Amino acid sequence: MIATEIETYQDQHAAFQTGSSPDWLVALRQRGLDAFTRLGLPTRKLEDWRFTNVSSLTKTAYDAGTNGLTAGDTASSEAIAEASDLLQQASLDEDYHRLVFINGRYNEKLSQIHDVNSGVVIDTLANALSNRPGEVQQQLESELDFNDSAFAALNTAFVGDGAIIDVPEGVTLDRPVHLVFLSTGSGRTLSNPRNLIRIGKGGKANVIESFMGHGDSYFTNAITQVTLADSAELDHHKLQHEQVGALHISTTGVDQKASSRFRSHYFSFGASIARNELDCLLDGENIETTLNGLYMPTGDQLMDCRTRIDHAMPHCNSYELYKGILDDKAKGVFNGKIFVREDAQKTDAKQSNQALLLSDDAVVNTKPQLEIYADDVRCTHGATIGELEEDALYYLRARGVPADLARQILIFAFANDVVQGVELPAVRRHLESVLLDGHDLSEDIL
Amino acid sequence: MTSENAMLEEFAQREYEHGFVTEIESDAIEPGLSEDVVRLISSKKNEPEWLLEWRLKAYRHWLTMEEPEWHNVKYPKIDHQASVYYSAPKKKPKLNSLDEVDPILLETYEKLGIPLHEQKVLANVAVDAVFDSVSIATTYRETLEKHGVIFLPFSEAVQEYPELVKKYLGSVIPTSDNYYAALNSAVFSDGSFCFIPKGVRCPMELSTYFRINAENTGQFERTLIVAEEGAYVSYLEGCTAPKRDEHQLHAAVVELVALDDAEIKYSTVQNWYPGDSEGKGGIYNFVTKRGACRGENSKISWTQVETGSAITWKYPSVILQGDNSVGEFYSVAVTANHQQADTGTKMIHIGKNTKSTIISKGISAGVGQNSYRGEVKMMKGATNGRNFSQCDSLLIGDRCGAHTFPYIEVRNTTAKVEHEASTSKVGEDQIYYLRQRGLSTEDAVNMIVNGFCKEVYDVLPMEFALEARKLLNVSLEGSVG
Repeated sequence: MIATEIETYQDQHAAFQTGSSPDWLVALRQRGLDAFTRLGLPTRKLEDWRFTNVSSLTKTAYDAGTNGLTAGDTASSEAIAEASDLLQQASLDEDYHRLVFINGRYNEKLSQIHDVNSGVVIDTLANALSNRPGEVQQQLESELDFNDSAFAALNTAFVGDGAIIDVPEGVTLDRPVHLVFLSTGSGRTLSNPRNLIRIGKGGKANVIESFMGHGDSYFTNAITQVTLADSAELDHHKLQHEQVGALHISTTGVDQKASSRFRSHYFSFGASIARNELDCLLDGENIETTLNGLYMPTGDQLMDCRTRIDHAMPHCNSYELYKGILDDKAKGVFNGKIFVREDAQKTDAKQSNQALLLSDDAVVNTKPQLEIYADDVRCTHGATIGELEEDALYYLRARGVPADLARQILIFAFANDVVQGVELPAVRRHLESVLLDGHDLSEDIL
Repeated sequence: MTSENAMLEEFAQREYEHGFVTEIESDAIEPGLSEDVVRLISSKKNEPEWLLEWRLKAYRHWLTMEEPEWHNVKYPKIDHQASVYYSAPKKKPKLNSLDEVDPILLETYEKLGIPLHEQKVLANVAVDAVFDSVSIATTYRETLEKHGVIFLPFSEAVQEYPELVKKYLGSVIPTSDNYYAALNSAVFSDGSFCFIPKGVRCPMELSTYFRINAENTGQFERTLIVAEEGAYVSYLEGCTAPKRDEHQLHAAVVELVALDDAEIKYSTVQNWYPGDSEGKGGIYNFVTKRGACRGENSKISWTQVETGSAITWKYPSVILQGDNSVGEFYSVAVTANHQQADTGTKMIHIGKNTKSTIISKGISAGVGQNSYRGEVKMMKGATNGRNFSQCDSLLIGDRCGAHTFPYIEVRNTTAKVEHEASTSKVGEDQIYYLRQRGLSTEDAVNMIVNGFCKEVYDVLPMEFALEARKLLNVSLEGSVG
């Protein structure tokens, strides 16, 4: 990191800190900034960044939004018009709760929160911070380990808005919550949304995060913190459709307690560099964790998917399926870590990573990683990389399907495997149409 | 299981049977490392000027390097100044026949089960015996010469075939390759050189037997094997060391070169002293091994059985340069007690239709930590490249660890890479089944473990397969519960 860049953020941070924030928040942001200054941007010498080069960031001074954070609408009417446009494409189902963020700030006009059961909270972080900061303090300060992650530290330095979803004990949320993060304008904006999701004992929820933007030079640096109490269930979807020149870095931390169930569905289509980190701590018995992912870079895109499943307690199962389809000069990186701690007997962990290369200039780097310290466990992982099956192509062609169409059908089928894991019909429809459009197929083949 | 546990604990004190020390006067230099030491080693070996320059270049580069820390093993920092870099049994520097070898040395090898008298030698295996820093005897030299095969201690090869050595030395592993390869290049003492000329199928298996004897000595040997067009050779490597409380460093470099249609099969049974059950002492085995399939249709196959050493850290690799070349890696790595292993392979596919197979079996017992680390790379030109990897881990006991770090990089659409890994334990039900049929728990475990490793044993030369099986049983004694 070039010294002047850090200074840029420091100056912005100084302006950002002035306001009526509680002392602990000022201190937390300062710790974030200090950690970011100390760590600097990751270089390729770091094992976790070996294949992902973010050095282009040092050339750009981003605007982290220094005009202070206030609850309510700060976006200009121009931005709102642009955002409504984007929202049309992002929209899934009018019936869902919808929270829209423009350049990292909540926008009430475009959002829509239906009445909810008593005890359920669907709110914004900015609102919570100004009205009842005590409620979010613990989760914000909790062990998010920004000591080795410069981007988590940066997010913490500018933490101020995002979504809060609180589902109390025994409650099933009436409808899914759709969080829409939009970047507008042509400036070099940096948004640092921070989402807090808490599901109480036996509670259930569905959350979808969508990312979209206009303009080519923005940077989204998002963090979502999920806490699942005993027997809680969460389906978490992430639809990454950033503009192709944008930078998207996000971290999701999940803390699961006994008998809880977490299912993640990650779909990555946009951004010039998209890096998604998913950290699951299985801190209780009989937990089930499912991580599904699909990344489809084309052109010069780079998509880096990282998952980490930490089996800390016995009798937990984890299932992971990540698929990549790479075209043109795209790069894909997959790193799936599975840790099985000494006490985590009877763990059953399965991981599978498959990548399809459609072009000779595309590159995929795969690194599954098992670290096992307990003996009574079953862990398997498989990785395959290759082109489309000759046999399957032959089969289709023998039945009169033209070569091009046969290829498209097989690619669609390969990707659709992951889509079928999604249970929400509106999300599934959205993804299917993205896939069909991408491959010029008609819906008839479904 | 508790009674079984107690019973098995009894066996836990595994015996290392090669732990004796040979009392022999040696000619060793002072501990420490400097340019003067490099010069001294070179002058003791009466080396030509170019080799001294080569060593110095490596040494100077080594000074600029830092000890790597990315591996998944833990050990205190090594003080490279405390080690002795040259130690040789005091005797005439050059021997004309085995009769001139010090009888004490012959006895040592006799005790290790490696008789050096040709009439007694295992049928059809030529042995080069390396004791500390020097080679003391090479058997069957004349028979091999008749076929045009050169099999010599490295230091003699430098004198007799300087052109060949110069041509291939460092051509696969350059002096600047990594920290320990650079150190080895600077101070390497001896090793084996082996050259199979065009069209020759080596009539017997070649073998080098390494023995560390002197205290505080690092062993830095260097092996170079060249198979010319259409040649074939099967090469075996074995090693042992006395029991000592201090850790000793063994940093070897092995280079293989296979030209068109040549095949090299390299087998290792590594049984360095692993340290005692408390983790005291033992060899640090930090080795760089790499083969280059330079020619079309060439083949290099690594087979290793790693049972010894406190820490094993090596990645025998193959660079598949020639079209249709084949690389293979078969490995069994056992870590019992406090042993740690970070081992695996690299397959770099450059040429068309190149194929590689990786079969790795890791067994952890006690508090041993076993890591597989491998890389498969399909470069742009590797049209129709094919790789299959399988890494299985077996856990015995609940305090050991098994880890896999496979890296896969593909840059060609027609290339196919498949990787599979699994981790499991010796099942209670499996042991129960075998015990019901009258086997003791220990035999049952041996049977299960040997079954687990069968795919690797099958590709070892026969005598080695037997030795490996025996070794594995010794290593795992008592570790089941």
